[in-house]
Amino acid sequence: MTAALWTLVALPALTGAALLVGGRRADAVAAPCAVASAVVGLALGVVVAATRPAAAVPALAGIPAGLAVDGLSAVMVVSVTAVVLAVVLFAAGELGPDEARARFFGFMSLFAAAMLVTVTATGLLVLLAAWEVMGAVSYALIGYWWRESGRVGSAGTAFLTTRAGDLGLYLAAGAALAGGAGALQLSGLAGMEGPWRDAAVAGVVLAALGKSAQLPFSFWLSHAMAGPSPVSALLHSATMVAAGGYLLVRVEPALAATGWAGPLVAWAGVATAVLLGVVALAQSDLKQLLAASTCAQIGFVVLGAGAGGVAGASLQFTAHAAAKSLLFLCAGAWLVTLGARDLEGLRGAARRHPVVGIAFTAGALAVAGVPPTGIWAAKDVVLASALRSSPALYVLGLVAAALAAGYAAKALVAVWAPPLPRSRRRSEGHEEHEGHDGDVHRGAPMAGRATEEPSPGQVPSSGRVSSSPQEPSSAQVSFPAEEQSSARASRWGRPPLSGPLLALAVGAVGLGVLALPGAAQWWRTLLDVPGEHGPAGWEMAVSALVSVTVLLGAGLVFARSSARAGAPARGEAERSAEPVGGEGARTRGEDGNGRDASSGAGLRQGAHAVSALRAHPVGRWAGDWLGLERLVRGVVVRPAMALARALAAVDDRVIAVGARTGAESVLTTARGLSSFDDRVVAGAVRAGARLGLAAADTIRDRVEAAADRSVGAVASAARTAAAWALRPQTGLLHQYYAQAVVAILVLATVFVLMR
Amino acid sequence: MLSVAVFLPLLAGLVLLALPRPRESLVAWTWVTVAALDLALVIALWARYPAAAGRESGAVGAFAYETHLRWIPSVGAGYHIGVDGLSLPLLAMTAVLFLACAVYSLRQRRRTRAHAVLFLFLQTVSLGLFSALDLLLFFVFFDLSIVGMYFVIAGWGHGRAARSALQFFLYTFLGSLALLLGFLGLYLAADPHTFDIVELTRRPPLEDGGPAAGLVLLAIGLGLAIKTPTVPFHTWLPPAHTDAPAVGSAILAGVLLKMGTYGFVRVAMPILPGAWREYAMVLVVVGVVSVLYGALVALAQTDFKRMVAYTSVNHMGYIVLGLGAAGLATADGARAAALAVTGSVTQMVSHGLLTGALFLLAGTLHDRGGTYRMASYGGLAGTMPLLAALTSVAAFGSLGLPGLSGFIAEFQIFTGSLSFVPVPAAIAFLGILITAALYLRALQQLFTGDRRIPEHARTDDLSARELVSITPLVVLSVVIGVFPRFLLDLVEPASRALVALVIR
Repeated sequence: MTAALWTLVALPALTGAALLVGGRRADAVAAPCAVASAVVGLALGVVVAATRPAAAVPALAGIPAGLAVDGLSAVMVVSVTAVVLAVVLFAAGELGPDEARARFFGFMSLFAAAMLVTVTATGLLVLLAAWEVMGAVSYALIGYWWRESGRVGSAGTAFLTTRAGDLGLYLAAGAALAGGAGALQLSGLAGMEGPWRDAAVAGVVLAALGKSAQLPFSFWLSHAMAGPSPVSALLHSATMVAAGGYLLVRVEPALAATGWAGPLVAWAGVATAVLLGVVALAQSDLKQLLAASTCAQIGFVVLGAGAGGVAGASLQFTAHAAAKSLLFLCAGAWLVTLGARDLEGLRGAARRHPVVGIAFTAGALAVAGVPPTGIWAAKDVVLASALRSSPALYVLGLVAAALAAGYAAKALVAVWAPPLPRSRRRSEGHEEHEGHDGDVHRGAPMAGRATEEPSPGQVPSSGRVSSSPQEPSSAQVSFPAEEQSSARASRWGRPPLSGPLLALAVGAVGLGVLALPGAAQWWRTLLDVPGEHGPAGWEMAVSALVSVTVLLGAGLVFARSSARAGAPARGEAERSAEPVGGEGARTRGEDGNGRDASSGAGLRQGAHAVSALRAHPVGRWAGDWLGLERLVRGVVVRPAMALARALAAVDDRVIAVGARTGAESVLTTARGLSSFDDRVVAGAVRAGARLGLAAADTIRDRVEAAADRSVGAVASAARTAAAWALRPQTGLLHQYYAQAVVAILVLATVFVLMR
Repeated sequence: MLSVAVFLPLLAGLVLLALPRPRESLVAWTWVTVAALDLALVIALWARYPAAAGRESGAVGAFAYETHLRWIPSVGAGYHIGVDGLSLPLLAMTAVLFLACAVYSLRQRRRTRAHAVLFLFLQTVSLGLFSALDLLLFFVFFDLSIVGMYFVIAGWGHGRAARSALQFFLYTFLGSLALLLGFLGLYLAADPHTFDIVELTRRPPLEDGGPAAGLVLLAIGLGLAIKTPTVPFHTWLPPAHTDAPAVGSAILAGVLLKMGTYGFVRVAMPILPGAWREYAMVLVVVGVVSVLYGALVALAQTDFKRMVAYTSVNHMGYIVLGLGAAGLATADGARAAALAVTGSVTQMVSHGLLTGALFLLAGTLHDRGGTYRMASYGGLAGTMPLLAALTSVAAFGSLGLPGLSGFIAEFQIFTGSLSFVPVPAAIAFLGILITAALYLRALQQLFTGDRRIPEHARTDDLSARELVSITPLVVLSVVIGVFPRFLLDLVEPASRALVALVIR
């Protein structure tokens, strides 16, 4: 069965590589190839999950490249292949035919391969390789629409942030080798001793927190939104972000062995779950809300890993993968059909596309942790392990659960709220989009987009904290291109592909079945942790109560403020038929990113409760993703750039000058030597020639003409000699130098021989 | 057979010189043919290496294809060449790179014959250096490479080529003088006096260390450090690269820089093990400073080619770090030390391929737009997708992405070094983060965003000639990145033998 394992990872890798090499010529076959590869991948995933093969080949000296499937990997492989299939199927229907489909599906396949290698790797070498490839491919996917520099900048921010974390894995690999885990096996980490084990575990934790966008790395996930929605769906659910959570679960024994790493990880997880929950609540852009909620939900995985709850963390991984990929696909569907991603623009979206709406609702209820969904079951297991570890962790975990219910309610209210009249019309046809609603700017032709889109330098106009001007990368500048480019695919009016959505919805809800005691025991056996305890009955009741209460309460609040906002807006929309014009883009650019509390037009219609929250400094801080990016730019990026420039200046001036001074002194010496050469040596030669001539003259005067010819010969020989003597004096310094070297060489040789 | 591989290019060059007024295309194609033939010879050497080296392949002084002729018997210098696992990969990389340059230069119409002959000469010199087993022979090739490259930069460069060439020449020649002094020191210390590397390795002179050993290592180290180059001896590099022609830069960075690092593993480490152990920390520090300094200065560059040139300083820093760390190993750390040395040798090959590719790509950019200034370009991925794709792959390889050769090298260096010098090695990790930042910046500027090109620039994508010359370099890097065993099988026994020499 090792063949199945190798095929599982090689098939998507080769499919991806072939599509990428094929380039635009492969556009037509890209989607079918990727879908076929994903279908086979899911089948193989099930096969390896059942058969549990292991395989290894030699890689570096004493460090094999091994893949293996155990219980945890089995869960991961099936989750990943299932989500990949759903996302690829959906993307095959959504991505416009004019797009570079081969590049898109090629990178998606490569990405899937990297994640599959990550979750089956047995050693740090293979893990690190797949881990970094995944980061680089995510760069290519986030920057998919490369014509917009801002998106590529966002991709760069995401890649660099995660790579900063990746350095931890290099540390871990080196420490493992030094500490005696010579084959760099992940299972060997726990058995190491002393400071090397601490270093290795610290490295792994750093890498995992970076990849999973836990605090303090969370901000890169906001940038990751610059990619197409299917990319977000894949990136945020079963891959990339989830990989960090997986790794922590994988090395849980090592975390526990150190004594300090478990609590550290648990607290990082719960802090992220709470704080990013607040961030999610403060967002007014659906994709940003979902991104923040990803951090928060993966926080539960991290919490579980830190608190020693492998079963709960794995379940949370899987349940979240299903729910979050579903939510992003729904958001993507609306983005394509309605052209909106901010919550205001999405008013009534669920009513317009009931299938998408119902799927979205299922996903949102799961994220809210409402029974009997998968995340409800998972969260309870995680919280149970947290409670055993520390009551404070448990309470904060409940707070995070409440926040999750809150932001889920916010999203649900937005999409089910009665649509504003103009939003309804807006979605009818493309022409309508030329009219501006003040909240959503749509329909600018592609050519005009570049000018209308707020450039990064302009964005921070209204007193908002500026992002660095030389780094045009604020992902929170919203990008109309996705709507645009997908809109050109003229999918208007066509219902989004519902199959994958419904399948994921069934998964997101149906995983709740694992809350049943028998199923829970089966799950623990599957993961090889039969001894772990599940939640007590009262714990499940408490968390269910919290989720449902908060969901209903927050839903009520949001619904009321939404209705309040709707009424005046409706009147205003009827009053002001004249377009707001270019303001639209600007307003959207700011409002859409949820950072600017003071922008006018968008917020007029915004939920009042939210605007009150966002006007508050804390709200603004949360809307700005805790200001983490600004902090990093201020504390790391800018000083590093300044240092680089300073060093470059030093390099140009000081060190080069030092070398030049040295060279100049050599030149001066050489010049001195050469003039000595010209005057004295050559002079002597010339004098000799002249002497010869003079002598010849004398002799000619004295001797008969018979001797004359021979004297002439001597003179000409002397002239030739003089000419030869002058030949080395070419005036080229390096040749003088070379002569000097030859002379030194000769002298050295003589010295050696005479000795 | 090794001698044939070494001197075939020179012979072909002489024949070309002897021909009365050959047509330019004939010259160009002859060059390509000879380079291809030479590559085939080196591949044959590689293929037959296990048989030729026999079971001793990992032992001290076990060289394959040895030729040992009398040359200057009175000073104990002979024509002694041979290869082992440290030199064969470099020979192969050299042959590949020269072939790439030959193909790239097919349309070169500026003094075509002199150009081809000069490169054929340089190829013989480079192959000769990597197979030399005699210090004097090594030194002769070392010096001739400088002379050859001087004429390449001065004759076919652009910008202030003459000035940069002169600076390059003077600076590196000074280094070679220091190297010569060191070699003389070794000669005098050996008993009986000899320049033979195998002899000196077998019975290292100055084994007891002491000031004499330190001074000799200082002289040799200085000479090699200037050639490598490490901070602070690197200032000849950026101007030389900026003004050199594309093929000149590719050879300079790809092959000539390796002469410095190869000198460390062939001469400094095995012949002066005691001094190497004593001063290993100095090398580690120099390595780490080069890593960070090279990366940071590269980050601040606005000129693409100059930026790539500075990343060479960064990449050479990893090598010096790995070799220095191996000097601090104790007997039970032999495995980690061998890993670091293997990584360093892999890095030499990897850097040759990737930086060679990047410099050739920079050349194609310059051919079209007439400048290396990154701000002059933008959105090129639209009109030049092949250029964008190849540059991206090469750049990601250079920043150490797994799946390409750079990762195989850097992972081994980092993992191996951390055991001995945890703090410096961990600081050096930052190098791969900074190189990632600078390459992403460059890619974003050149290829994405709104289209921007200099006036009168051509916007055609890579031609077949350019593709054929550059693609194999990148593909080879991927092959090494994904299937490294074929290379490591060759390098690992040699690094183990080297480490055994150093830590004894």
